[in-house]
Amino acid sequence: MESTAASFKENAHQALNDATLQRAVSKLGFAAARAAAVARLPEFEELRAQGRAIKDHVLEHLDLYLERYEAEAKKRGAEVHWCRTPEEARAAVLAICRRLGAKTVTKGKSMIGEEIAINDYLEENGITPIETDLGEYIIQLRHEPPSHIIAPAIHLTKDQVADTFAANHKQYGKTRRLEEASEMLAEAREILRAKFVAADVGITGANFLIAETGSSVIVTNEGNGDLTQTLPKAHIVLATPEKVVPTLEDATTILRLLARSATGQEFSVYTTFSTGARRAEDLDGPSEYHVVILDNGRTALLGSEFRDILRCIKCGACINHCPVYSSIGGHAYGWVYPGPMGSVLTPAIIGIEAAGDLPNASTFCGRCESVCPMQIPLPKLLRHWREREFERHLSPRSFRLGLRLWAQLALRPSAYRLATRLAAAALGTLGRRRGAFRSLPLAGGWTGGRDFPTPEGATFHALWARARGGRVR
Amino acid sequence: MSEAREGILKDVRAALGPRTGDARRAAAVEARIARHAPNLVPKRAQLDPAARLKLFVEMAEKAAATVARVPRLADVPAAVADFLAAQNLPARLRLASDPALEKLPWSERPLIKLERGPAQASDGASLTPAFAGIAETGTLMLLSGPAHPTTLNFLPDNHLVVLREAQIVGPYEEAWDRLRAAAAAKGWPRAVNLVTGPSRSADIEQQLYMGAHGPRRLHIILVAEGGDGQGQG
Repeated sequence: MESTAASFKENAHQALNDATLQRAVSKLGFAAARAAAVARLPEFEELRAQGRAIKDHVLEHLDLYLERYEAEAKKRGAEVHWCRTPEEARAAVLAICRRLGAKTVTKGKSMIGEEIAINDYLEENGITPIETDLGEYIIQLRHEPPSHIIAPAIHLTKDQVADTFAANHKQYGKTRRLEEASEMLAEAREILRAKFVAADVGITGANFLIAETGSSVIVTNEGNGDLTQTLPKAHIVLATPEKVVPTLEDATTILRLLARSATGQEFSVYTTFSTGARRAEDLDGPSEYHVVILDNGRTALLGSEFRDILRCIKCGACINHCPVYSSIGGHAYGWVYPGPMGSVLTPAIIGIEAAGDLPNASTFCGRCESVCPMQIPLPKLLRHWREREFERHLSPRSFRLGLRLWAQLALRPSAYRLATRLAAAALGTLGRRRGAFRSLPLAGGWTGGRDFPTPEGATFHALWARARGGRVR
Repeated sequence: MSEAREGILKDVRAALGPRTGDARRAAAVEARIARHAPNLVPKRAQLDPAARLKLFVEMAEKAAATVARVPRLADVPAAVADFLAAQNLPARLRLASDPALEKLPWSERPLIKLERGPAQASDGASLTPAFAGIAETGTLMLLSGPAHPTTLNFLPDNHLVVLREAQIVGPYEEAWDRLRAAAAAKGWPRAVNLVTGPSRSADIEQQLYMGAHGPRRLHIILVAEGGDGQGQG
């Protein structure tokens, strides 16, 4: 997918001024649902620790688990394709489609599919891809990227969906503009039903690869992923190496965390473990089962300070709890993955030079880390990216200069205390009458949107020392 | 693309450092898989059979499935007829060719037209056996196989499932153990479907509606009568 991450600031400004988008993001309800689900399971915190330990163990033995997974999958009839780059993965998928003479391909939601822009590529090669997740279907009709990893059309209002369907469903004889979401769902179901049956190949993602059995696992609520993989001649799974877990029990532990963290459900409606192609005696199922294992930068993260992000299970909890995401939605982030996990992952995959301000798109409030089922220290990882930006002179000159000056001061505690004391006293005197400043030199970023309150009394250092009954050391 | 395979594995080993030469790593991995030990199992799922049954029904209904309880397997055709009538559906049923379901007294319900084989896109209702019921979240474990094709779980508007009380376990882990035992003889099934309630979507303004692509209704016919709880159907 083409990235617009480099113009994040501009994107964010546009998003803040987009009234329709603001109406859509104001309705985000996942956080409350998650809190309720977590409260119903007393062992949730302990499960988090175990889930994290499973992933850490896998990463530490990733070579061995990948080999074991591959051996088991092959034994049960899978064909495994290893790919280092998006180009290789696209070529592998196209080769399968070509060999089968595929005209249409149905797709379950796959973030790896977005990463490698498989839809555009298939289309360029004369094959029609059809997204089947309702949200993905809607945005495919609108030629938009997803704005959320589990709710791709969350930036749209019902009216926008109604317009999209009215414009695109005429060709199927649907001439009435729909009013109710339930009608829209029914219409999409009817139209996609025929596509499922006609498709030659089905592509899905994978939430897990299981080393013990050589299975791939998908999780959906709609059942679209199951129709996608059961009806066509071939099922192609798109996965990345870190999706592997040792056993069914390990997958189970993480599944207990996944739906609760994502939507606040106890369990998703459909969790499907697929192992090989249809057996000789089976009456249905795909005759071919392929797994594409795409690296695209993951192994490079394994040996870096960003390794923790490889524990990510793509539940979206960090996104749902991010004050920045809730203000600007997902498109402003400019690439496949929005929110905190995206701001860590995107620079790793498309390069920090192309990811622009993403590491700065955080207030470091820490909610993301506190809800992450895999306990990924997202703020810390974002900080690492900021350090890299600084080292590589990617941040603006004024910012770098300001940071240097501040660093000089912060390294000299007595000078720092003197400067802050003088500043607080001066601002206190100057602003006493109004109680706030409308504008301040060097603080336009703050005062552009709100007043700057007048400091009252002593600095924090001084107050702290006084409260402790000691003195400033 | 074995060049990519070798490249990826080489990069992984390089990232992990010299410890990848340690043979004990491989032993640890093999042992973990062979042991497949359960991790934490929530207290909620550790129950006696009566409480397990109660929790299963409660959780399945919370997930918007419906549950009809009958004393004997032979009562299933009547329960099917009741459901079809109550939902105003035509008396047609895509029946999984499972020996236990084939043996049922369907002749007592001559109006129900039975069809067999994989599901068709226009099917209104299907009846399949389950391999297990998982009380923890009211989840069904369904297996693919010639006697229970996977399409029956997803294409029809209404999915009816026969589950015997003895097939209900507390946590998922117990269902995996039962499946491992069954698969030792029959081989691992192509698809294992964990199904919790009917299909749904909240992709339009986060309003939840049933019947996105899979069944609009999931109806579980829970049979009290015996069986060893092993095997599907």
